[in-house]
Amino acid sequence: MNLLPYTIYLSFAGAVLSLVAGMRSAATARAVALLTAAGCWGITLYAASGFVPSGSMLNLTQIPWIPQLGITYHLAADGISLTLVVLTGLAATAGVLFSWNIEERTGEFFAFYLALIGGVYGVFLSADAFLFFVFYEIAIVPKYFLIAIWGSTNREYGAMKLALYSFAGSALVLVGLLWAYAATGGHGFGVAELAQAAHGLTRAEQIGMFGLVFLGFAVLAGMFPFHTWAPTGHVAAPTAASMLLAGVVMKLGAYGCLRVAMGIFPAGLLYWQPVIAGLAVVGILYAGLVALVQDDFKFVIGYSSVSHMGFVLLGLAAATPEAVTGAVLQMFSHGVIAGLLFAVVGRMVYERTHTRQLELLRRMPLHRLMPYTTVVFVLAGLASMGMPGFSGFPAELTILIGTWQVSKLWSVLAAIGVLIAAAFTLRVMQVVFFGQTDAASDTTTHPHLMAPITWPERAGTLLLLGATILVGLKPDILLNWIIPSLPVLIGGAP
Amino acid sequence: MSYQYLLLARAMLPEISLVAGALVVLAYDIIYGKRHTSAERLQASLWIGGIALVAALVDTVTIGALGPVYGHTLLLDRLAVASRAGVLVLGLLTLGVAAGTRPPRHVAEYVAIILFATTGFTLMAAAHHLLIAFTALELASLSLYVLAGFDKDRRESAEAALKYFLFGGMASAFLLFGFSLIYGITGELDLSRIGLELAHRGMTPLLALAVVMVLVAFGFKAAAAPFHLWAPDAYEGAPTPSAALIASASKLAGFTLFLRLLWPGMSALAGDVSEAGNSGGWLTVVALLAGASLLLGNLAALAQSNLRRLLAYSAIAHTGAMLLGVIAAQIAGPGPLFYYVATYGVATAGAFGVIAVLEGQGGCNKITDLAGLSRRSPLLAGCLTVFILSLAGIPPLAGFFGKFAVFAAALKLGGLAGPAGWLTALAIMLSAVALYYYLQVLKQAMVVAPAANNSSPVCVPRVTAITLLAAAAMLVGLGLFPTYLLRLF
Repeated sequence: MNLLPYTIYLSFAGAVLSLVAGMRSAATARAVALLTAAGCWGITLYAASGFVPSGSMLNLTQIPWIPQLGITYHLAADGISLTLVVLTGLAATAGVLFSWNIEERTGEFFAFYLALIGGVYGVFLSADAFLFFVFYEIAIVPKYFLIAIWGSTNREYGAMKLALYSFAGSALVLVGLLWAYAATGGHGFGVAELAQAAHGLTRAEQIGMFGLVFLGFAVLAGMFPFHTWAPTGHVAAPTAASMLLAGVVMKLGAYGCLRVAMGIFPAGLLYWQPVIAGLAVVGILYAGLVALVQDDFKFVIGYSSVSHMGFVLLGLAAATPEAVTGAVLQMFSHGVIAGLLFAVVGRMVYERTHTRQLELLRRMPLHRLMPYTTVVFVLAGLASMGMPGFSGFPAELTILIGTWQVSKLWSVLAAIGVLIAAAFTLRVMQVVFFGQTDAASDTTTHPHLMAPITWPERAGTLLLLGATILVGLKPDILLNWIIPSLPVLIGGAP
Repeated sequence: MSYQYLLLARAMLPEISLVAGALVVLAYDIIYGKRHTSAERLQASLWIGGIALVAALVDTVTIGALGPVYGHTLLLDRLAVASRAGVLVLGLLTLGVAAGTRPPRHVAEYVAIILFATTGFTLMAAAHHLLIAFTALELASLSLYVLAGFDKDRRESAEAALKYFLFGGMASAFLLFGFSLIYGITGELDLSRIGLELAHRGMTPLLALAVVMVLVAFGFKAAAAPFHLWAPDAYEGAPTPSAALIASASKLAGFTLFLRLLWPGMSALAGDVSEAGNSGGWLTVVALLAGASLLLGNLAALAQSNLRRLLAYSAIAHTGAMLLGVIAAQIAGPGPLFYYVATYGVATAGAFGVIAVLEGQGGCNKITDLAGLSRRSPLLAGCLTVFILSLAGIPPLAGFFGKFAVFAAALKLGGLAGPAGWLTALAIMLSAVALYYYLQVLKQAMVVAPAANNSSPVCVPRVTAITLLAAAAMLVGLGLFPTYLLRLF
């Protein structure tokens, strides 16, 4: 466990190194990035192998940083953060593999990419709300550049929208945190200490602070109606960035909601619960329905992310042990599945067909031209629909069960969302891969489709598929980490 | 008494070094200048000026916080030492910026006047006496007017100087009038005695008039809305190093001076802004100026297409946050404000440094002139990114902690419920607006491809390159370890 902070330092060092290496040769930059990402993932797996679940946070580092303001550089981990750093390592490694074909300004690409990853690790490991916020903001700027420089459709618009939404969200968080800091006497920002001190706040203060902090983080988690940055941003982003954005960065928001907002102001949650759950359910249904009518392949996946993140928010809002467990499991599961889907859409299909329009893809016999890609997408689609055997199933089921204890209505409505997810996934699967079954059209008319699947693509898909199937078949790997960590977090909720 | 004089001489060593340096610059240029090209003369003048600044910096640090000097004429407390060191460092940055520009027509005079201005700043930082404060301010201001108009071939430069002079002169008149009223009422010139005298006198209409005069002058000098009108024109027209000095060192010295005037001098008249409805002091006025500057600066900056005007409006917005720091000094002391202004100065001076280099090679007026900078000069683009992100307040750069420290202090004045809290919330929300225009600049520099007629690599003079890298390193270092500045107070 003590190695975990090195994921942060290694990522930032890798960013600098790949920037320097990129000036000489793109291949070196790629190798540096892959080694860094895989190395960090290795650290997280090593830490996980020696992890003994317990009810408290394990301190990793704790040194005074800005004593004048009571701020400490305090890193700590429990089962929930461990789940998420393992996900980060996996998604980051897969993302490097899927950006193997970036030829333009390669060094800079991986520099921003690894800086983003470093920020993400930092957020998941922070036990001081100020430090949490710092890492959270560090992650914003690389996102902007990744999309604006290497993106596609409407990239400057998408990048700016995403950056401004994230920053506006973090501004709300800052107001809430500073308010809590001042109201508790200005002693510090430690999450545990603030949670203690928050008992002394009035109910109205807790409600206000929770509202600001939760809303700020929920913007990044894609909560309806503040989700609009997500589809535009994800569609505009280059493949690896979409994978990271949907797979990991949206989890930063959800994790902030859980760790900071719910962890510090449990009384605020009770007040806002109906609002949050209501918005989450609306998000699940609305984004699902919107995904159903998209004519751009990537937008379907973009909206499906919003819909799936709705389950996470619903689980958090319900705040029963089962629901929160499911929410964390869903964060992991969606991280893997969204990564896989974006990889198929952005890299494996688009780079070969050069279109994402469903109408055009329908006329191509992709299931014959790209058998491997077809199999991967079908499996990923099944996982996304929540089929048993894949990670989405235990996650969404646990959320629904947990929510049922609080409100049957939310649970039923969210279950309808699962059906809608099946509908839009099956629709694109059918249209894109099995749209053209006419034998008359053969491979010779689409020679460019035949570019073989490269080894990084194969490796990346196998990693992600393996993860979703492993967790689907044996969810207790993660559950054994998550469940013991819950009492600390949701002590104040029923 | 002789001991007093000795102490005074010791306390004034930095000023002595600076003035001596200025005279040496002039003398050297008169004697040897004729034989050299203007580029060589600029180099020589800058080196002499740099040595003088470094000597003054060493003096400042070795003298340390002596406390009151020569009665209470000067006060060398920690704030004074830090501000003096700050303006000297910013002066050095300005010289580094000047090294990257085309030599002005009168090289030595230019550098000498920069040194005179810096002398004014260091005196402002230490002044604790109305007359010394005013004299120091005038020395600095008059030097800055000349510096703004130094580029005699450009109409914009003359316009900048004239506007700056007219507004500044007016502000000085207000200030002097305010001072004379204060002296007339209290019979004192020493700030701490004025403070004592005012404490048991209370607010009178005449005193209110004096306070308003001082605040108006403060608003003009700091470019707070609605007294900001000179700033965009001055920033746009002035030669780049002059603009850098006006934007950085002059701000730091000005805020130190007015912080002293307001807090020890007039704290009895401060009033209270921790709760709505309480008022009757200058804090309310400062709060109004802060709110107006934040709103106007951030919103007007959105519409700018000229890079210097954008920096000017961003400066007005930052002034709003600094005024919030003045309010918060009531509870947190000068630390957060100093940290904010000093790091802001470094970032702005650095940004002007980048503009200065580009100006010599292809021009840099519009934001779009930055297009493709990352390919034309990775060094400049990298440094500019650090400066702009620091201005935008992105961690881990110093600009973030400046904002954070000021906001955290301001929120202790009554939480979110009082006017100070509202202002803080406003400032934080507007920082999201600000990110938009800062990212517009970075978009040109990092994302957009170079324009066809403006795509050749940029050659950065070595001294300027080192200056810019040092400024960027300062912002990163102070951002990662803000304690080094914060613990001074």
